[in-house]
Amino acid sequence: MVLGLFNYWAVVVLMMIGFYIVITHGNLIKKMVGLTIFQTSVFIFYISIGKVDGGTAPILEEGIKLYSNPLPHVLILTAIVVGIATTALGLALIVRIREAYGSIEEEEIQHKDDLA
Amino acid sequence: MLALLVGVAAVIARVRDLLAVAMLLGVYGLLSACLFVFMDAVDVAFTEASVGAGISTILMLTAVAITGRRESSSLYRSSIALVLVVLTGGLLIYGTLDMPYFGAIDAPANLHVSPRYLVDSLREIDVPNAVTAVLASYRGYDTFGEVVVIFTAGIGVLALLSITREPKDSDEEVDALNEAMHDKHLIVRVVSKMMIPFILLFALYVQFHGDFGPGGGFQAGVIFAAAIILYSLLFGLSTARRVINKPVVRVLSGVGVLLYGGVGVISLLRGENYLDYNALRENPIDGQHLGILLVEFGVGVTVASVMMIIFFNFAGRREHLLLNKDRRE
Repeated sequence: MVLGLFNYWAVVVLMMIGFYIVITHGNLIKKMVGLTIFQTSVFIFYISIGKVDGGTAPILEEGIKLYSNPLPHVLILTAIVVGIATTALGLALIVRIREAYGSIEEEEIQHKDDLA
Repeated sequence: MLALLVGVAAVIARVRDLLAVAMLLGVYGLLSACLFVFMDAVDVAFTEASVGAGISTILMLTAVAITGRRESSSLYRSSIALVLVVLTGGLLIYGTLDMPYFGAIDAPANLHVSPRYLVDSLREIDVPNAVTAVLASYRGYDTFGEVVVIFTAGIGVLALLSITREPKDSDEEVDALNEAMHDKHLIVRVVSKMMIPFILLFALYVQFHGDFGPGGGFQAGVIFAAAIILYSLLFGLSTARRVINKPVVRVLSGVGVLLYGGVGVISLLRGENYLDYNALRENPIDGQHLGILLVEFGVGVTVASVMMIIFFNFAGRREHLLLNKDRRE
């Protein structure tokens, strides 16, 4: 019975790993990677909710009675593509920060800002 | 599978070499795509495989190439963070104790809306792939919003990274570069040259077969862009610039959004609600088919061109910075 929640717990662990990376690492690219892990954990959470035991992929066909829930699939499918677009935007900002400050480490950037 | 995923994530958190992190993130994407297949989400797996394992890895690698692969070793207040993370995680796990078990058919999420989609969509829309039916028709509004977000992100990258003066490479220079790369990557180049037409063809198949099997505009757009990106990785940016006309790609990214929005306006003009495809034809089912086809095509065009815009601007920026560095030295 405990196994029934295993998926959700794994999702929580993944999410927390992502969260940990975001708050402890000063490197901006690493922060983006942490956010990506966090984001994927949410995707897995949604898809886990939609899974129905004994169901199949929601492509309707004669003779199949049980399908998994298509709604989370739709939400996550678009979220993935939007996710990569926003990640690209974040990376673009990082590239510009690197050009302006010569570094992508948070502390060095802060230091340079304090001096200016 | 999930344990493997957690393992990879933990390694990502520890490794300091950003190049390795980018590669591991690709592995992570592919693993989660496999996981989605196990959980019946074939459309999602399709997207994650092309985005997580393909495009995002390449973008990360380009960004790392521009900004340097070393990460400083100091962690920021790691002990407080660890306590915070464990506390939050504990609370979340405590929260999951009230959740219905994995795979439960009577979970609240599976009781509303979705049975209606599964039962009625064949009669109302007559598209076997329920995900496509929900994506393009029942939740058409939502998807339109997502496409606009993607388009906006494309504009944002363009504004941040585009270079006003493109390097004008002479034909000889491009040819020389091509020759040099030819010797270095002979096998990869020959193999991928054979594969690229098929990848493009496959993208079109995914685009127009999305009504019947897994696939649709989002996946097709990403796969199409991946083929072009593969081409420019192996044959050089300057060669790719000759093939891909940048202004055209920029215009296309807008055309996709306009096509989507236009379908909505047409159904408005015909006296129905915005994005109500029943109004497009005499027979509502035909209208639905036409509407979904057009809308998915708009999505595909926008996604493909935005992905190309993003890649070319990152790669172009890198080239620009390298050139400037050379000139200074």
